[in-house]
Amino acid sequence: MTDAAQIDTTQLWVVIVGLGLGSFGLRFVFTGLIGDRTIPEWLLRHLRYTAVAVLPALVAPLVLWPAATGGTPDLARGAAACATVLAGLLLRNVLASIIAGAGTLWIVLWLTGGGGL
Amino acid sequence: MSSSTTKSEFWRGVRSGAPFTLVVAPFAMLFGVLATEAGLQLTETMVFSILVIAGAAQFTALQLMQENVPTVLVLVSALAVNLRMAMYSASLTPHLGAAPLWQRAVIAYFTVDQSYACSVARYEAAPDLTVPQKVAFFFGSVAPVCPLWYVFTYVGAVVGETIPDSFALDFALPITFLAMITPMLRTAAHVVAALTAIVIALLCTGLPYNLGLIVAGTAGMMAGARTELWQMRRAPQ
Repeated sequence: MTDAAQIDTTQLWVVIVGLGLGSFGLRFVFTGLIGDRTIPEWLLRHLRYTAVAVLPALVAPLVLWPAATGGTPDLARGAAACATVLAGLLLRNVLASIIAGAGTLWIVLWLTGGGGL
Repeated sequence: MSSSTTKSEFWRGVRSGAPFTLVVAPFAMLFGVLATEAGLQLTETMVFSILVIAGAAQFTALQLMQENVPTVLVLVSALAVNLRMAMYSASLTPHLGAAPLWQRAVIAYFTVDQSYACSVARYEAAPDLTVPQKVAFFFGSVAPVCPLWYVFTYVGAVVGETIPDSFALDFALPITFLAMITPMLRTAAHVVAALTAIVIALLCTGLPYNLGLIVAGTAGMMAGARTELWQMRRAPQ
């Protein structure tokens, strides 16, 4: 991330305020505005899959083509991603899964001489 | 109902939210660290965490701003990550919809993964709770979690600059997201949604302005919804 482009201050504040208002809107839309009315089933059915669709779509390119290596697939980062998912499937625990991923990343980076602890 | 049972619901909520502090503290700290690394001032980082109070969306926005994605698309993508909050809101409405408007507004602000998960589990286990008791439980579950979000964002922002490059913090975001997603893959429909989104995202990396994320996310949601319908029709009644 050290060579990432500088974030424009105006853009940053527009995003902070916009995301703050938008997130509140999403959280308030049903609890606050809909009240006791029912929500269409088809909409709920799509909303159920937003997190499991959007987050993997965001991560997949970062795993295969990491910015830190200039977009070349990287053994340490690939192994770390696999370890994170595997630990998540086996242990169903977010923290344990993060530790497995970070541990794998640092061990492989250290073994291949690319850094690590 | 007496106020003492409302009070006991609050403390029950505190106890059910407490284990999440183990996840929230490092996650908040990571946001502080990455925001500082991305060049944000301490004030900017803190206002970000306090106004938005949604880890995944904050990380998404931060990542996309560093990739010079136009502001509108940063907002659309980060809000797409937060669409699940609308789902939480919808699911809480039958339980909390009768509370006063100001309480519902405060509840909306504090609707996060942890408070939602704790509260819905409690409401389903104890459907006879009064609305004030349900509200008390909700705020109880928030009490150990949300203050830590602010405090550890601050800690991360302050210690952030001292962390060396060899820690490969660039990969902290993918690891954290993968760790969050994997336990959510409870059914075949969730797996189909995730795999569809991954394939489409990889195919669409050439699209400008990171539009691939929105295309892939939408496709994944549709695939998940389709699979769910298909499974319901096949399941024996």
